[in-house]
This record gives sequence, C-alpha cells and structure tokens, in this order.
Amino acid sequence: MYQLNEVTQTYHCRGKIVTALNSIDISIEDNEFLAIVGPSGSGKTTLLSVLGGMLKPEHGEVLFDGDSLYDLPLARRAQLRGTKIGFVFQTFNLVPWLTALENVQIPMMLGGFSSKQQIARASELLERVGLHDRIDHHPGELSQGQQQRVALARTLANDPQVILADEPTGNLDHETRHQVMEYLAEFHRDGRTIILVTHDADTAAFANRTLRLVHGAPHSNEALHAA
Amino acid sequence: MKIQHLIWKEMRKRPTPMITSLLAVTLGVMALVAIQNIAVFSQKKIAGDMESLGANVLVLPPNASLQDYYAADMHGETMPEEFVTRLAFARLPGVENLAPKLCVETSASGQDVVVTGILPRSEYQAKSAWQGLGMFASDVGSDRGCCSTTATSLAGSDDPNSLATERTIQDLGAREVILGSLAAEKLSAKVGDELPLLGGDFNVLAVLPEAGTVDDSRVFAHLHSVQELAETGPVVNVIEIVACCEDAAGSLISNLSAELPETKIVTISQVVQTQLAVNTLMSRLSWVFFSILLLVGASSIASVMFANVTERRQEIGTLMALGASRSFVTRLFLGKAVVLGVVGGIAGYAGGTVLAIILGPRLLSVSVQPLPMLLVTSLVAATLVAVMASFLPARRAAGLDPCLVFNDA
Repeated sequence: MYQLNEVTQTYHCRGKIVTALNSIDISIEDNEFLAIVGPSGSGKTTLLSVLGGMLKPEHGEVLFDGDSLYDLPLARRAQLRGTKIGFVFQTFNLVPWLTALENVQIPMMLGGFSSKQQIARASELLERVGLHDRIDHHPGELSQGQQQRVALARTLANDPQVILADEPTGNLDHETRHQVMEYLAEFHRDGRTIILVTHDADTAAFANRTLRLVHGAPHSNEALHAA
Repeated sequence: MKIQHLIWKEMRKRPTPMITSLLAVTLGVMALVAIQNIAVFSQKKIAGDMESLGANVLVLPPNASLQDYYAADMHGETMPEEFVTRLAFARLPGVENLAPKLCVETSASGQDVVVTGILPRSEYQAKSAWQGLGMFASDVGSDRGCCSTTATSLAGSDDPNSLATERTIQDLGAREVILGSLAAEKLSAKVGDELPLLGGDFNVLAVLPEAGTVDDSRVFAHLHSVQELAETGPVVNVIEIVACCEDAAGSLISNLSAELPETKIVTISQVVQTQLAVNTLMSRLSWVFFSILLLVGASSIASVMFANVTERRQEIGTLMALGASRSFVTRLFLGKAVVLGVVGGIAGYAGGTVLAIILGPRLLSVSVQPLPMLLVTSLVAATLVAVMASFLPARRAAGLDPCLVFNDA
C-alpha cells in the first residue's frame, strides 16, 4: 500500500533545524495494522501527515498503491483523502454545530453523494458504532467516547482503504479506549489498513506491527499480535 | 446535506459578528434606496407640477411686459401668427406643445369678458405643411422628468376639458366656445347654450372645471374666429410652449431666441433648474453615502471573515483531511458572503423603501412608492461588495495547512 523511500522532513524553529523524519525507508502492506510509537517530537505525526498526502516531504518519495503521492496535483490528493484515506483524530474534530448524523455525512457530501444516500449510509454507520439513538445530537451533547465513535463512523463514510489514526484514544478513559480500539480492530478485520500513532502501549498492542520512531528514524521493528 | 446547509448552519451558530457586518451593508443600501427613491418621486412630482402648470415657456412680442405669468396674453401687444409656423418647422428638441393665444376684451349678456382665441390641434393637422412633423407624439427631449409624461398625455386627448391642463384641445369649431367655470357662472351659460360674442353667435361646447387660475374667467374660442370678428388680422398675443422641464432649464431657451430673435422668451427655468439641481444633488449624495457605508460594511465583513477563518482553522483542516478541495473551502466562505450580500441587499431595500415612504411626504411633500429596480441595484451592489470583501479571507482559508488538525502539528 505505502512505500516510503528516503523520506526526510525538517522544521526550522528559532534558528535551529529540527529533523522530524530522517531519511526513512518503510513499507506498509495492504490490511496491515501498524502502530507508530515513540517519544514526543520523534516525528510520528509528521509521518502520519506525509502518509495522508497533506505534507510533502523535503526529500524522498512516497508511493501509494504504486503512484507517487506527491507527484499528484493538490486537488487529486484531496480527492484521494476523500475516497481512499480516512482519518481519526485525538480531539475527534467533529463540527460542533452539526448533528452526529450531519458530521458523518460530511465526507459523502464532499464526495458528491445525494442527500438521501448520505442519510442512509450515515444512519447505518452510526448504528454500527452503537449510536443510532444519538443521530440528532450535537457533539456537545455527547460523551467523549460517543464523540470518538461518531468520528469513527465519519471515517468509514466513504469506505476508505486505509485509516490514519492520530492518538485516537488519547482523550478517552480506559474503558472507552478499549471500546474504540475494538472498533478499529474490527475495521482492520474488514480488510482495511490501519496506521495508528500512539503513546500508549496497551493501544499499540492492538496492532500487528509496531514502528518505533526516535529522532525521526525507525529505532526497532518488532511484530506484535493483536490481543 | 449540501454546502449551503453547512454555510447556513454555521451562520446560525455564530450570528453576532455576522449581524454587525450585515447591519453595515444594510445601512449602506438603505441610504441609497431611501434617497434614490425620494429623488425619483421628487422628479416625478416636478414633472406632474409642470404638467399641471401647463406652459412653462412663453414667447411674447418684444414690447410686452409680463406682470403675471398666468395672464401673459393680456399685455395688448401682438406678433404675427406665422411665428407659430416657424417654431413648428424648427422642430426644437424639448418642445412638447405650442399654444398660440389672442385675447380680446368684449361684453356678452351685459357682462365684461375676455375672449381668448386658441388654435385646436386639428388645425395643425389640417395644414399639409405641418403634417408628418409628428412633434406632439414624438420622443422629443429626454426620457426623464416631464417629457415622457407630457408627450404621452398630449398624444390622444380630445376632451375639451384637456384645455385646462394641457393648454390645447383637439377640435374646436369656428362657432364654438369653451367657458371657464367663473365665466360660465357670470354669463349663466351651460353646455349647449347659444352665446352672442363679438357680433357672432357661438355654441357652448364645454365648461371647464375650476382650476384656480385666470382661465376660470376666460371664454375660449377658435383663434381664427376671434381674429376675424375682432378684425385683428393674423396675430397672436403669446405663444405658450409646453416644454420638457430639463430642456426648459437648458438649451431650449437659447434655441428659441435664435429661432425667433424678434420676440421675448420668458421661462420659469430658474424654478426648474433649482428643483432639478436639488434632485441631482440628492441622487449624487445617495451614491456617496452608499459608497461610504458599503466601504464600512466591506471592512467589517473582511474583518469578521478573517476572524472567522482563524476561529475555524481546525474545522477547515478537518474538512481538508476529509477530502475538501481548496475550491470547496473558498466556496464555503464566498457562499457566506453571498448570503450576507443578499440578506443585506433585501433588508436595505425594504428599510430604505419604508424610510422613503415615511420621510418623502414629510421632507419634500413627495408621495413615494417602492421602486423594484432599486431592489436589483441593492442586491447586485451588496452581494458584490460582500464577495469582494470576503475574497482574501476565503483565499487564506483555502491556503491553510491541513496538518494543523493533528495533535502536535
């Protein structure tokens, strides 16, 4: 699915150069569940941005399904995010003045689906994450765990091949965290590729491979099996 | 769900900053609509006043002294009737109607009366040399003010009563008279009566309604009958000209003087000029107010939009992460601007119209009606300003880095 060749990304901060990704070469296969772990500032989120087609690296090549991601025009990359790549965020990033149903409709609206199709699919997805009775609720009326489940439903709206999750359990309590990870594991079992950034070892344990980044470079690669 | 839904819900969520911008746009449009509306109806009122006034230019013999504008034919001086022909042939722009008059004082039924000889319109049409000139129904003058109104009203009037307002009559027989209301009362005459005048017998064709002018005490007969019976020859005391008010205030007088240098031209151009100048000033001022207030509105919209972009950075980043293109984000903000412009345009039009309806009669004694054309102007101008003011904020939103959606980006 992904092939990264000598990808380098640096930031300039107060006259100093900070290396976020240091000439990394990694390969991520279809239907893989990969956890990216590492200390703060190790380049985890930068790597996720690069994989999501949102940050063109200074050097190197990013291949997605064999195509060079950053040789595609901006509009095409946006389209790719709308159809093949799904995102899950730590802070859920739901639009506060839209209902749960409308939030899930957003990717389909961007994809040009009719209102009828959007409502049918969004209702089905909210039911799948156990929120069929909360479809008209605004995010402020939902618990953190429920908000993340709405976000998961939104991620699935356009049936993406890959889900990029940035600390998806960072704001959740232990029980809800487990519930969210179960959903991600379920999505993985559906055949999707899951790439997850996390600080939490329990969360990382759901992945079948862990990539540890230190100073922008893979430190060690170890295979773990989902619990 | 569509982009419109997204725009509308966001505006409902954060109404306060939008209301400030909306108010500025609405006030700008209100000022324009109110002043333009009053100016247009003031213009129409002047036209109406000019029409009811009748002649607004008088051609007099050179020695005539004018004491009363409405009794301009009572000075006793004469000039050749042929001057009327010359004026008709000259086809001067702005001339809507010519009404030559000859006044003779006489007595009838033991009462002193003034017989005024007038030339009916059929007389012009009978003269082959004047046929085809089309001066009375032609689109002479400008399309503003009294010209169009007067030309239309003169085109087909054949009611004897039209003499009171239009200074002309379609037909008048050689032995027919039209009586002013006071003259009819004085002579105890009514329609159909026989009336001996100047040694001839005349039939009363009509009695004019009271107009409050000297015409009320006049007896109107055919010009050529009066000339014949009073033995004056082919002369007239005055040629009344109904002219477009704009032309009466402009080049018409110099054109008339050039055409008939041996006459004296009198006009109420100063009155016309003053009224037109006030209207023009109001009209121009309305655009100045409009521009200033719209500039304020545009600044307010731009400022609110920039703040809105900053406030919605994460939402925009999320939309981009979910597949929104830059053009979608641009449309999201410009769509909001269109809503502001349309609502501001409509509200400003409604407010301005109500203001004009209230202030028109109080300030200028002008009765005002809504002008739909101003709605189009309001909508286009307000929308254009709102969109232009939102363009840079929209571009800034579209250029945001979507990576900001991540936790520590």
